[in-house]
Amino acid sequence: MTFPDELRYTTEHEWAREQGGLVTVGITGYATEQLGDVVFVELPAVGRKLEAGKPFGVVEAVKTVSDLYAPIAGEVVEVNAMLGDDPAAVNREPYGTGWMVRIKPSDPASMAKLLSSADYAKHVEGAHA
Amino acid sequence: MCLEPSTALKRTPFHEFHRAAGAKLVDFAGFEMPVRYTGDVREHQAVRNAVGLFDISHMGEFEVRGAESAAWLDHMVTNHVGALAVGQALYSPMCRPDAGIVDDLLVYRYADHHMVVVNAANLAKDFAWLAEHKPAGVTLTDRSDDTALLAVQGPKAADVLRGHIPLAALELGYYRFTTGELFGIPGTISRTGYTGEDGFELYFEPKHAATVWNGLVAAGKPHGLELIGLGARDTLRLEMGYMLYGNDIDDTTTPLEAGLGWTVKLAKGEFHGRDVLQRQKAEGVKRKLVGFQLDGRRAPRHAMSISSAGRAVGAVTSGTHSPSLERPLGMGYVETALAANGTALDIEAGSTKLAARVTARPFYTRGSHRS
Repeated sequence: MTFPDELRYTTEHEWAREQGGLVTVGITGYATEQLGDVVFVELPAVGRKLEAGKPFGVVEAVKTVSDLYAPIAGEVVEVNAMLGDDPAAVNREPYGTGWMVRIKPSDPASMAKLLSSADYAKHVEGAHA
Repeated sequence: MCLEPSTALKRTPFHEFHRAAGAKLVDFAGFEMPVRYTGDVREHQAVRNAVGLFDISHMGEFEVRGAESAAWLDHMVTNHVGALAVGQALYSPMCRPDAGIVDDLLVYRYADHHMVVVNAANLAKDFAWLAEHKPAGVTLTDRSDDTALLAVQGPKAADVLRGHIPLAALELGYYRFTTGELFGIPGTISRTGYTGEDGFELYFEPKHAATVWNGLVAAGKPHGLELIGLGARDTLRLEMGYMLYGNDIDDTTTPLEAGLGWTVKLAKGEFHGRDVLQRQKAEGVKRKLVGFQLDGRRAPRHAMSISSAGRAVGAVTSGTHSPSLERPLGMGYVETALAANGTALDIEAGSTKLAARVTARPFYTRGSHRS
């Protein structure tokens, strides 16, 4: 399985994309395959301060429920409201219309602590060893 | 997100087929089982609208022989084994003396023996329980490792099997079975299932696994047959309000609390749990298993607590998003006073409350199964 090179990743299967000083967050294609059909995504209110590595929401599939963990600290500036009507977008386009929150990072440099696509791919393979 | 890797597990005779089909495999009752092939919803809809193939070889099969088999089994389970004709199967709880449920199982009456089909998670416990209570004249043998079991379920199930099983087997009534050839090999063909759809369960020797699997996949192709994992198996059974042992029933619940009164035959004579069940029937039960539906998107989940007017009144035993009804639903035990249809309940989902309403089961009423 391959993962977009321009993104950064967590070991908990979130991705993060930096663009214009904001960081967009979602879950990886590997995660959506493991979860199955997503039916509900609970997202934080705009303005909420997130701590790195702490839960900020819930993604619920037909058979599973998982917490979402913030890749970096910061303030939520936008949430993907479209997922309320179309949670399946997370399965269809995990890196596109299935994005979850946009964060204004408190320390943009902390993006460097996240995994590269190659390291994340290794992490995923390790889970299957 | 936290996704757990699996460890060393038992495999069914169809393991290589699951791998080849790209299934996601998980630990279920110590077996490496397919939880999903393509997607829970797609698999679920295939069974409701066409036909699906399930590997359920993890389930346990015990052979019971001896002149006293039926009388003894009637002492062990709550439903009436002695009333079975040859070629008939029966669903029953098996209780302890305190009426707690050891397992829920199927009993098949063959011409010269009975077969008991049990949940994989309870296989060892059930065998020990039965062996402990077995009289000298009855022989109990665990045939689980010698038995492959596939389920073909859906409105097109009979179309898939036509020409590959005896004509008489196609005409079996619900909960009837026959022995005969399936895809040219010997086995048992049973018109049973756990989905609410018409369908068959096929028992045969593991050495024929490839013959039957490949035969079914080829015969099923024109009918839209899909491979079905445990994920869809659970949403299908839950839409019907069928029990899942370990969730909805267990050692601490009785058949009457679970709404399985129809399987409790007090008039048949002495059996484990009869005294307690007779008393519960006379006095009424303190709590009841109910079904409920929710209006929101978020599903109730096992072990979430149920409250009413701010007071804890029970717990969720099973919950899911229902692909057929496109809404969340679940089951759980509540105080008997709150078990009437239409009663409003709150389900505690972390910091939020989900509004639920007690609903008659089955939730899904358009299934194709024949009763």
